[in-house]
Amino acid sequence: MSLSIKPYSRFSGLEPLIVRPETNFINVGERTNVTGSKKFARLIRENKYEEALSVARQQVENGAQIIDVNMDDALLDGVHAMTTFINLLQSEPDIAKVPVMLDSSKFEIIEAGLKCVQGKCIVNSISMKEGEAKFIEHARICHMYGASAIVMAFDEKGQADTKERKIEICHRAYKILTEQVGYDPQDIIFDPNIFALATGMEEHNNYGVDFIEATREIKRLMPLTKISGGVSNLSFSFRGNDHVREAMHSVFLFHAIKAGMDMGIVNAGQLVVYDEIEPQLRELCEDVILNRNNENNEATEKLIAFAETVKAKGKVEVKDEAWRNNSVEERLKHALVNGITDYIDTDTEEARLKYSRPLEVIEGPLMAGMSVVGDLFGAGKMFLPQVVKSARVMKKSVAWLTPFIEAEKQEASNAPTILLATVKGDVHDIGKNIVGVVLGCNGYNIVDLGVMVPADKILDEAEKCNASIIGLSGLITPSLDEMVHVAHEMKRRNMKQPLLIGGATTSRMHTAVKIAPKYDEGVVHVLDASRSVTVAGSLLSKEQKPEFLNNINKEYQKLKEDFENKKPVKQFLSFADAQKNKAKIDWTNYKPAVPSYTGAKSFDNYDLNEIRKYIDWQPFFIAWELHGKFPAILSDEKVGVEATKLYHDANAMLDQIIKENWLTAKGTAGFWPANSNGKDTVTVNNNGSTVNLEFLRQQIKKAEGQANSSLADFIAPAETNLQDYIGAFTVTIQGIEEHIKRFEAAHDDYSKITLQALADRLAEGFAELLHERTRKEFWAYAKNEQLSNEDLIKEEYTGIRPAPGYPACPDHTEKYKLFSLLGGEASTGIHLTESLAMYPAASVCGWYFAHPESKYFGVGKIEKDQLQDYTERKGISMEEATRWLRPVLE
Amino acid sequence: MSDIRKELEKRILVIDGAMGTMIQRHKLTEADYRGERFKDWASDLKGNNDLLCLTNPDIIKGIHKQYLAAGADIIETNTFNAQRISLADYHMEELAYEINLAAAKIAKQAVAEFNAKTNNTVPKFVAGAIGPMNKTLSLSPDVNNPGFRAMSFDDALSAYYEQVKGLVDGGVDLLLIETIFDTLNAKAAIFAIKKYFQDSNKPELPVSISGTITDASGRTLSGQTLEAFYISVMHAKPLSVGLNCALGAHEMRPHIEELSEMASCYVSAYPNAGLPNAMGEYDERPEDTGHYLEEWAKEGFVNIVGGCCGTTPDHIKHIADHVKNIKPRAIPLVEQELSAE
Repeated sequence: MSLSIKPYSRFSGLEPLIVRPETNFINVGERTNVTGSKKFARLIRENKYEEALSVARQQVENGAQIIDVNMDDALLDGVHAMTTFINLLQSEPDIAKVPVMLDSSKFEIIEAGLKCVQGKCIVNSISMKEGEAKFIEHARICHMYGASAIVMAFDEKGQADTKERKIEICHRAYKILTEQVGYDPQDIIFDPNIFALATGMEEHNNYGVDFIEATREIKRLMPLTKISGGVSNLSFSFRGNDHVREAMHSVFLFHAIKAGMDMGIVNAGQLVVYDEIEPQLRELCEDVILNRNNENNEATEKLIAFAETVKAKGKVEVKDEAWRNNSVEERLKHALVNGITDYIDTDTEEARLKYSRPLEVIEGPLMAGMSVVGDLFGAGKMFLPQVVKSARVMKKSVAWLTPFIEAEKQEASNAPTILLATVKGDVHDIGKNIVGVVLGCNGYNIVDLGVMVPADKILDEAEKCNASIIGLSGLITPSLDEMVHVAHEMKRRNMKQPLLIGGATTSRMHTAVKIAPKYDEGVVHVLDASRSVTVAGSLLSKEQKPEFLNNINKEYQKLKEDFENKKPVKQFLSFADAQKNKAKIDWTNYKPAVPSYTGAKSFDNYDLNEIRKYIDWQPFFIAWELHGKFPAILSDEKVGVEATKLYHDANAMLDQIIKENWLTAKGTAGFWPANSNGKDTVTVNNNGSTVNLEFLRQQIKKAEGQANSSLADFIAPAETNLQDYIGAFTVTIQGIEEHIKRFEAAHDDYSKITLQALADRLAEGFAELLHERTRKEFWAYAKNEQLSNEDLIKEEYTGIRPAPGYPACPDHTEKYKLFSLLGGEASTGIHLTESLAMYPAASVCGWYFAHPESKYFGVGKIEKDQLQDYTERKGISMEEATRWLRPVLE
Repeated sequence: MSDIRKELEKRILVIDGAMGTMIQRHKLTEADYRGERFKDWASDLKGNNDLLCLTNPDIIKGIHKQYLAAGADIIETNTFNAQRISLADYHMEELAYEINLAAAKIAKQAVAEFNAKTNNTVPKFVAGAIGPMNKTLSLSPDVNNPGFRAMSFDDALSAYYEQVKGLVDGGVDLLLIETIFDTLNAKAAIFAIKKYFQDSNKPELPVSISGTITDASGRTLSGQTLEAFYISVMHAKPLSVGLNCALGAHEMRPHIEELSEMASCYVSAYPNAGLPNAMGEYDERPEDTGHYLEEWAKEGFVNIVGGCCGTTPDHIKHIADHVKNIKPRAIPLVEQELSAE
């Protein structure tokens, strides 16, 4: 292995700080210091710790990479102040991300700080001022806390002022720390003392040179150690004249850094750029610091004289609220990046008049703006909801231009076309819509065929619009087979364009093993919307495509081989043995609850205000690719701001949905007498006629004491002579179509996707609500249940509501029976597609089981013997059973 | 006692799986936890798994032996919560030392009995398990008072010190600070270990460190990135650093890969048996866990592998079989000077 680990200095807060050779000078924020900042000292003294935190935050925002904290004030209880402040600091992720430098002349205050910080701190400082023994003791303690230490060039004789003394003390400390205490050299930082210059005392004039030269020599002798210093000491003589002080600091740092200084305690908000200091002042500072032209204090006096001529120029922070005054190109960019539609029509019109052809507006400023958006998104500096808002601005602008473009009879765009479709039998398209938006933002022409698109239509349309790439999406498991079919058809038709695969059930593995072998012109699985851009880019670049596809092919080939070689070590029971090891339920003392009604009952136009209370928001954010727990996500450090905005927008829309009756909720719930046959069949008595429900059983060899479960186990067997029951339900949210059309017409994908995601949430919430009413009221087997919404999300209720097609009962075709029991499409308002997806997409169905030991599980893989038995029970052909059960077959 | 470092040079070592999952299988009652000695104890004791070291040592020893038989090279003492801070939940602060001492002895006995019965000559090691505590040093339990801490560093330090003393007196071969949610708690444990060996003048035992990345954010519960965490504990000069708990192997993989690139010591990984299913149970099959860890081993990511929540002797057996003949990760070269860049 060529891996090696470099002896870099490493510090940490919540995030690491590693000092690599290419790392620039490290700014240590100095304002959280009661001896250096009057404001901070006052806040601490007045116990205004929360406000004092803002001083720290400002330092970090201004670029401090470490913050120095000092509580050395005679009027303060330093240990208490340090503990309180550091503990508070740790709870602010935007500050705690940087390492802390604990600064005190009292070791007990330093140690108090060390007890509060999880990251690797820097102690500022220890020294041999009180002799070697004390030095070693302090160093040992720092080492046990894992802190790096700043060693001040100070010994029994005093503080080192000359180059020679500085080097001598540092070298002596180095030997003690590395040889006796066990410090790694990279954990040692020297502070060779920065003293005030231009004090008028000639013996001080060489202090700058002494520091710089000592630094150079220390780094030569002990190259892994670091050099730090308190920079503001240097300009102490010019207190009150920030203009001169800042210039001196910059000039000093310019030279000290070249000599090897790594970090310094500075006011991170107040450093001027060396090159931008007026030449006269820079020259004067240079003379003073490097002790040039300074016989009889000449340079010093010149600088003092100069200082008197300049007033300290207060710096005014210019906040640019005036983007409207910029050029039209800048305004368009600003509107795109910030998602502002307010002025987009006027700005677009202005741009149209300025450019010779309307198309140039798109290809010029609009694309330039969107490419900034794309870059920011790619760099994780923008989040999906913002990007979609940008897309809304883009679409509005394009819509303004389109009539002019058509009038010119120009091609709307010669951008490559990407065709997207959700495959036949599947109705889910939120993810596909997001991919469309993101790709659209990146300049591709998107043709979206919508949902439930048969293979032939996808491929005909692709040829018609000359698509450069075809993207398929799907969410339910049968869609996987349909994608294989599309790939197969593409090969048969001799097509050439690459095929992208995406959607919740798809995976790299499935793509590699099942789809890629069917088509030779490139099949790529795309994990999420943000990756679709790079993938499309690589596939459409003549230069990159061969290598990209070659790499993908190699990767997929390897995945396929691994998959084939890695067939799990088979540990299956025979089906007969699995049936014997069924869930052991003691029926002797069980009394099945009797539902308050039997047969099916409909719930039309259910109150959405009620349903709303049951919404689980987390999946809503996941739909937007914002990951995190709700409600914590609203205050998340990274995505919190966007998540909060999204949450407000969604709730506002929800208000409107309810107020203006956009959507209606329709549900059914039914209960029937039922018994199992003691094996895997549940016989339902539907008003005299019987229906046999067939379930599948886990066949994997289980650990001792664990059952091979089948849902049938949770219904009392007929032989117990107990009259048991089973329930079923459907819920659906209707009426979304016209609003989707309206948003599409307004080019408002943001609202469209929000509405779709909300409809899904309402359907899930409705299912939760209906289940609760079933438990407490309809079936009433848990009348006294008291569960919070969180408990519901965690499924901490008694009884379950598994859906056909999901892990506990993976056969989608049992949905036919469920729907027929509940009165079919007429009563449920749900249409079943040929792949058994439900339309409207925002629909949920499932069985109800009431037994307290019923639980969710996954059937997992089943063996041939069970498949055989299952086909016989259901009376279907082996071929048909295999097609529907493929996901659970080896 | 053979040197664990020598074994680690030769092969990938396997650490045992979940203790809690195995104890659950015994379906113990309140009375089982109490035993004769604590039958009149004022508070409920069911769930105080570490107490079983005193009241039902045979069950614990039996579980250790099942893991040894499955192929574990390292077994962990049943002491995840056995320090006075966590034991305060049961008003059993005063038993902390005794539980650790007993737990270490039980594990050592299990190894001795296993070796005798099977004529085993492959070295087996007992790791003293030091858990995260039920209180955190970096986080406030009171949302309205972010500066508040439920305990002090010194509280944690002295509790860990006592636990370490019990484990070392009981004869463990190494110490394992595991399931680290809050790095500052771990730093208190590291401090306690260093201090204990300084005070006692005993030869220092190797220390292994295992953190926990809690979710897809890639951070610890206390908010550190993996690398920040690693930097914060390196002063322990650990035998190994690694990750366990919270994630299944699938989710843990990128973090282990990252860690294997930055760690200058051995790397350990013992994930959960997948993510909990809808019922909060772990259902990843043993062979699947085995395959994941085999792939990590082949990639050269790991030196010590095993399982955490939900894993069983069956999982450990699969893991052990799958990594058996794979070369362990080589420790990267740690450079002593900066090469010219």
